[in-house]
Amino acid sequence: MSRLTDAFKGKKAFIAFITGGDPSLGKTVEYAAAMAEAGADIIEIGIPFSDPIADGEVIQRSSLRALKAGAGVESIFECVGKIREKTDVPLVFLTYLNPVFKYGYERFFNACKTFGVDGIIIPDMPYEEQAQLKPIARDKGVDVISLIAPTSEDRIREIAKNANGFIYVVSSMGVTGGAVEVNAALNSAIGLIRAATDTPAAVGFGVSTPEQAAQISRLSDGVIVGSAIVRLIEESGDGAQDALAGYVRAMKRAISQ
Amino acid sequence: MEDNKGYFGGFGGRYIPETLMNEIIALEKAYDFYKNDADFNRELDALYGSYAGRPSLLYFAERMTKDLGGAKIFLKREDLNHTGSHKINNVLGQALLAKKLGKTRVIAETGAGQHGVATATAAALLGLECKIFMGKEDTERQALNVYRMRLLGAEVEAVTSGTMTLKDAVNETMREWTRRVSDTHYVLGTIMGPHPFPTMVRDFQSVISREARTQILLAEGKLPKAVIACVGGGSNAMGAFFNFIPDKGVRLIGCEAAGRGVDTGLHAATITKGEVGIFHGMKSYFCQNGDGQIAPVYSISAGLDYPGIGPEHAYLYESGRAEYVAVTDDEAVSAFEYIAKTEGIIAAIESSHAVAHARKIAKQFDKDDIIIICISGRGDKDVAAIAKYKGIEIKE
Repeated sequence: MSRLTDAFKGKKAFIAFITGGDPSLGKTVEYAAAMAEAGADIIEIGIPFSDPIADGEVIQRSSLRALKAGAGVESIFECVGKIREKTDVPLVFLTYLNPVFKYGYERFFNACKTFGVDGIIIPDMPYEEQAQLKPIARDKGVDVISLIAPTSEDRIREIAKNANGFIYVVSSMGVTGGAVEVNAALNSAIGLIRAATDTPAAVGFGVSTPEQAAQISRLSDGVIVGSAIVRLIEESGDGAQDALAGYVRAMKRAISQ
Repeated sequence: MEDNKGYFGGFGGRYIPETLMNEIIALEKAYDFYKNDADFNRELDALYGSYAGRPSLLYFAERMTKDLGGAKIFLKREDLNHTGSHKINNVLGQALLAKKLGKTRVIAETGAGQHGVATATAAALLGLECKIFMGKEDTERQALNVYRMRLLGAEVEAVTSGTMTLKDAVNETMREWTRRVSDTHYVLGTIMGPHPFPTMVRDFQSVISREARTQILLAEGKLPKAVIACVGGGSNAMGAFFNFIPDKGVRLIGCEAAGRGVDTGLHAATITKGEVGIFHGMKSYFCQNGDGQIAPVYSISAGLDYPGIGPEHAYLYESGRAEYVAVTDDEAVSAFEYIAKTEGIIAAIESSHAVAHARKIAKQFDKDDIIIICISGRGDKDVAAIAKYKGIEIKE
């Protein structure tokens, strides 16, 4: 059974994203542990990529800071190892396909298994191209998370039926860090997902405030926040720990009502 | 040659965010229909003939031929097209298709500005709103083209993310497309990106070799021994090669930008120095580091300053059908001056990379052999930059 799916059992899940290595790999370990302690149900660790085409400016800047600070695939695996010494919170990588491809699918998912990574989200790999790595990932116990967008329409059923772990529902058009749109399209997308599968559906892209999180949690199984968290790190650098813990607690409270 | 998922051998595919998938599938279906639609093709041919100035000349470069002392050199004069480059072949096709799809707005990336100018032109002609994304560094290198695009009614956004060059302009255009996919078509400028772009853009550009093959048979009664073209993303080269691919006796030679030299780290020689990767919607060769991060690239030519290459070139390279060589800034600048003085043609610095390689190899051929060089664009846009490269200051 998937540890990711389990994270949704009996509750709405709060999924928090941070970029691995921003501002440093040491801080990523501390921040991930602090967010887990504060109630995050799943933590997404971004493996930074030079050209994050699905991300807005906040995560673009964060990726560049992490790369400048020397973050790479190998060092982020080591970082995950250290996070695992502090917490058993489910962990998901978020990255673009090229770093995974270059590292080698077999070697990459082997390392995921060794260090305890439960899933991976690859925004530039649509459903049709998943076959090249999904069997390898599955063999190592790693869920390949599928994304569903407001424009997915007739694709939703097929994607949802074959989803593992959870489904990442993109709330709005465009890139990360925009404004969430709780509208008919989102409602209808979640309805179609529910009709096709029991795999939980979490909503991300543009969610930042507890009010938005509460609203979204009423129609979905969980809420994903990236840019708002990364912005806290951008503002506070090495000293973001308390701000992050406070933010996660507030968001978790908002979706648990 | 491509399979139904848009793969050329192992290269190509469709690697884009889910938000764009249905749009790309709709585009593929529309293109599959219109490429065989008589009305669409009539409309496009009419625009090629009455607006773009096609067919472009195949010109016998007699003085160059004599001077180089080898093969007969012919120039396929894409520089004579309306807007001054081969880019118009593709944008007219895509802008027409955008209208058929019911889009009211087009967006595009541009490096040197040639594709941006061509897109702005087609948008003006067909009454579409137009926004062009151009790396900030390129807007400075090619300030005149920025003004041209604005003159044509386009909005130009200077991209300040990443290395502020062509790849970042592509990133930003893709981001914009995910925001505005409902009313907007992305006029991709070269044979890269997700399927169906590599196939579609190649089809629109293949008019170059369709004409050239007919023209050379008419003029000389035989096929060339080699076709030479510069390669950034690779659209003029693919257009110049395509109809010669079945002619096994014709060598197809793509010239990449070696910048300051392929071993300096300051180059854009994707096939020579890059490795297989997955980026910008496709599996192909990319300049990248050991961690799969896309490498900053460099060339004096903004149009070749791109870290990837279209998937069909990757396939032609791996299958051995085409060869790829690297040409330095110095060699290209020297060829830029050479063809101006020898033939009275100011060729784009991009195209000058192909001219430079022809200068190197012409002598290896017999006097009856023929080489066709694709002059992909005119060099007026480059004059100031070349002067600067030579240490000459020009005041306008």
